[in-house]
Amino acid sequence: MEIKMLLIISVSAIFVSNFVLHRFLGLCPYIGVSKNLDSALGMGMAVIFVMSIASAVTWIIYYYFLVTSPMNFIARWFHIDPPDLTFLRTIAFILVIATLVQFVEMVIQKLSPGLYRSLGIYLPLITTNCAVLGVSILNIDKNYNFIQSLVNGFMSGIGFTLALILMAGLREKLDLANVPKAMRGTPIAFIMAGCMALAFLGFSGLKIG
Amino acid sequence: MQLMKEFIKGIISENPVFRLMLGLCPVLATSTSVNNAIGMGLAVIFVLFCSNVIVSLIRNWVPAKIRIPIYISIIATFVTIVDLTMAGYFPELHKSLGLFIPLIVVNCIILGRAEAFAGKHSVFSSIIDALGMGTGFTIALTAIATFREILGNGTWLGIPVLRTHFEPVLLMILSPGAFFTIGLLIGFLNWLEHYRKIHHS
Repeated sequence: MEIKMLLIISVSAIFVSNFVLHRFLGLCPYIGVSKNLDSALGMGMAVIFVMSIASAVTWIIYYYFLVTSPMNFIARWFHIDPPDLTFLRTIAFILVIATLVQFVEMVIQKLSPGLYRSLGIYLPLITTNCAVLGVSILNIDKNYNFIQSLVNGFMSGIGFTLALILMAGLREKLDLANVPKAMRGTPIAFIMAGCMALAFLGFSGLKIG
Repeated sequence: MQLMKEFIKGIISENPVFRLMLGLCPVLATSTSVNNAIGMGLAVIFVLFCSNVIVSLIRNWVPAKIRIPIYISIIATFVTIVDLTMAGYFPELHKSLGLFIPLIVVNCIILGRAEAFAGKHSVFSSIIDALGMGTGFTIALTAIATFREILGNGTWLGIPVLRTHFEPVLLMILSPGAFFTIGLLIGFLNWLEHYRKIHHS
């Protein structure tokens, strides 16, 4: 049952409600970094990495610190009644994500300079990428458990990367095309994104099980 | 005169959506109807206004190294206020904007204006800047929503405008319609500017 649920989450995150093309999250990097294939791949990897970790960490923060429950750590440490801090969700999540990105950047820099060189410049950009905060809030809104949140974060990252790489491949070819002057650059990229969204709309009838 | 210029620039020459291409996610996601667009626009104006005022007030005391986390906390506070107020008084609007209310926090326009403008200018000009940028954002959002709602649903602000002989194009309400509309609109504005330049010279 659990495996089937995870499969549904995965297919839904990658194809049916693709982060970029269906939910409109993370559009700035999608339009900004999709000019060549190498940087698209680097950005995609960085996003997958951060989204997976952020999903896990924000889930723990929400269910162990903000929600009123017997598991609440604040209540346990200070021997008080569990407080209801869910209204702090937005503030807590964005600060956790910003710190996390900085932390991940430092760890990668120490442990693997090679990986840092390829991901480094994209990591700071990710803090203000709405996809990361978006996936954290979606996990909470949909009442996913820990494993489901982790899978959703990872697969949403894959979906984002898929869209980004497809777009980068198309835009490399588009440089050679004869586009009307007013439509060059961003406008034609949007039209192409629309065509891709149209193609991805075909997945929305998909049913599993 | 200077102030008027400051205000107008946010609407025309530095329009956050059409010119600077900032904050595109909420623009595409919440422009399914004019009603949603105006709600979102007002929420952004409120947050932008308040964060610009506070950032500008404390600009001389904020250490340069930790200014970004401070700005984000200020913005997140006002977003939470909007989120809770909207959930209390306009539950329907809150439901249809959904995820994109908390996501105002990571909207590049707001942090961008705090960093590029309010952190360096006086309170009064920051207020003007916030109002100009917010209005520019709202106008862009409403323009896109107008096309999408009329073509996709045959209504404008819920009022039927294309009643007879018109089959609504559902595609315009769905995600591809958003991309097509903004792509064509930016293309049109580029063309207009190009035309104006030729005309002037």
